Amino acid sequence: MLKLPVYLDNNATTPCDPRVVETMLPYFTEIFGNASSRNHSYGWAAEAAIDLAREQVAALIGADPKEIIFTSGATEADNLALKGVFEMYADKGNHIITTEIEHKAILDTCKHLEKQGAVVTYLKVNSEGLIDLKELEAAITPKTIMVSIMYANNEIGVINPIREISAIAKKHGVLMMSDITQAAGKISIDVNRDGIDLAALSAHKLYGPKGTGALYIRRKSPRVKVISQIDGGGHERGMRSGTLNVTGIVGFGKACELSLLEMEAEGKRLSVLRDKLENALLRLEETYVNGSRTQRLPHVSNISFRYVEGEALMMGFNKTLALSSGSACTSASPEPSYVLKGLGLGDDLAHSSLRFGLGRFTTEEEIDYTIQAVTDTVNKLREISPLWEMFKEGADMTEYY
Amino acid sequence: MAYSEKILDYYNNPRNAGTLDKSKSNVGTGLVHVPGYIEVIRLQIEVNPANKVIADARFKTFGSGSAIAASSMATEWIKGKTIDEAAQIDDMYLVEELNLPPAKIHCAALVEDAIKAAINNYRSKNGYEEYKFEEIATGFEA
Repeated sequence: MLKLPVYLDNNATTPCDPRVVETMLPYFTEIFGNASSRNHSYGWAAEAAIDLAREQVAALIGADPKEIIFTSGATEADNLALKGVFEMYADKGNHIITTEIEHKAILDTCKHLEKQGAVVTYLKVNSEGLIDLKELEAAITPKTIMVSIMYANNEIGVINPIREISAIAKKHGVLMMSDITQAAGKISIDVNRDGIDLAALSAHKLYGPKGTGALYIRRKSPRVKVISQIDGGGHERGMRSGTLNVTGIVGFGKACELSLLEMEAEGKRLSVLRDKLENALLRLEETYVNGSRTQRLPHVSNISFRYVEGEALMMGFNKTLALSSGSACTSASPEPSYVLKGLGLGDDLAHSSLRFGLGRFTTEEEIDYTIQAVTDTVNKLREISPLWEMFKEGADMTEYY
Repeated sequence: MAYSEKILDYYNNPRNAGTLDKSKSNVGTGLVHVPGYIEVIRLQIEVNPANKVIADARFKTFGSGSAIAASSMATEWIKGKTIDEAAQIDDMYLVEELNLPPAKIHCAALVEDAIKAAINNYRSKNGYEEYKFEEIATGFEA
């Protein structure tokens, strides 16, 4: 029996894996100690749990446990990385390089730093969603302190060539920061192989609980330092004060352990389902996949259905499908997804896009149902779309978009 | 925020969706697309030349469910009215009937513009002077 609506918004968040929940439960009631209480067994038990979780998170990305700083999530980790590096390396320079299609946690933090005197270069991407490596290298100046480029994009799933990017950063003595939130636990990440100096990730994108994340900070060659952004108590080696969310961190650790064990098989299974969904929907006329189809996470597909509007599609899925559109408008003059605009899409295609995010609990039955529901709704809306009628009559559509 | 039941009803069961033969002299067509807004709304009326009553109305709309619902409801509203009566349409009627959210109020204004454009298209096709409506306001706040 199909449970509706079918959940295909796993890039927004994932449900907690029941095995994660089970691991967390004792830490609400029995093992409730403060991990910084040094003088009794409640504190020691909590500290031991944190130590294990730190190892589990570190193992997922090939890091040393001492290089993991727990935070409230990826947004806080992004803030700590960018602001912390900017403040720490003020003597070296004030220039940061990122891209136009980073997550808002990076872009808005860069905007904040610009007010503090930072100079930020926002690299453009091509229609595949990838930067030009020559442009990256050309953008580096003696004042550049950090390159911050996400491992994989949250809207289109496109995977950046992080090893090549970090090699360029390293060659110029610039720190390599990567928001790995969407990629962690989905594809293999190794901070040493990939040349990453700082990395932000979040538990709830990989079947762990919300409200927990981490910043990886390299300790050797180079030893990276950041200025703390939350002070008081000196937790997490002074880089992030505040009583540790033991329950959440335990769940985060377990989620990382499970992902490390299962991601290869899970990725294969999901890419088969994703391709089935994508190929079926591409049979509809005037339908386009956004971003690279080859350099991409296995569970994501972003598709534009020309001449139907994304919000109208979403209304059609009111009770049947839960996913996201590039046309989510909250104002009268809606700006479509800046990521899709960054790829060079016109307003028409950007407003006509849907993001399908499959996950650990997605079934083939759900994908078959989704194919039918999307096909029916697109056809129904095209039936009442004046643009579709004009297009079918061979009208010149440039007047409209 | 959940969608309003009335908008969902018009979205799921659009009344008067479709196309009238624009080559007929008694069919007026209004096509509205305002730069800055994504909606494209086409509203058509078929007028009884004897009494100027709108005998039929059809719409096709590219836009959100709110835009589709407002277009559909407007066709119901103008059917059976004379073109002079239909010309009096106030977009607030659609806003209130559908309880449009603030971000979608402009959809009703676009529908109003489409009705007026359809009426004038009918009038000019039949040798009447076009009505002078107030300047179509597009810079309004939602």
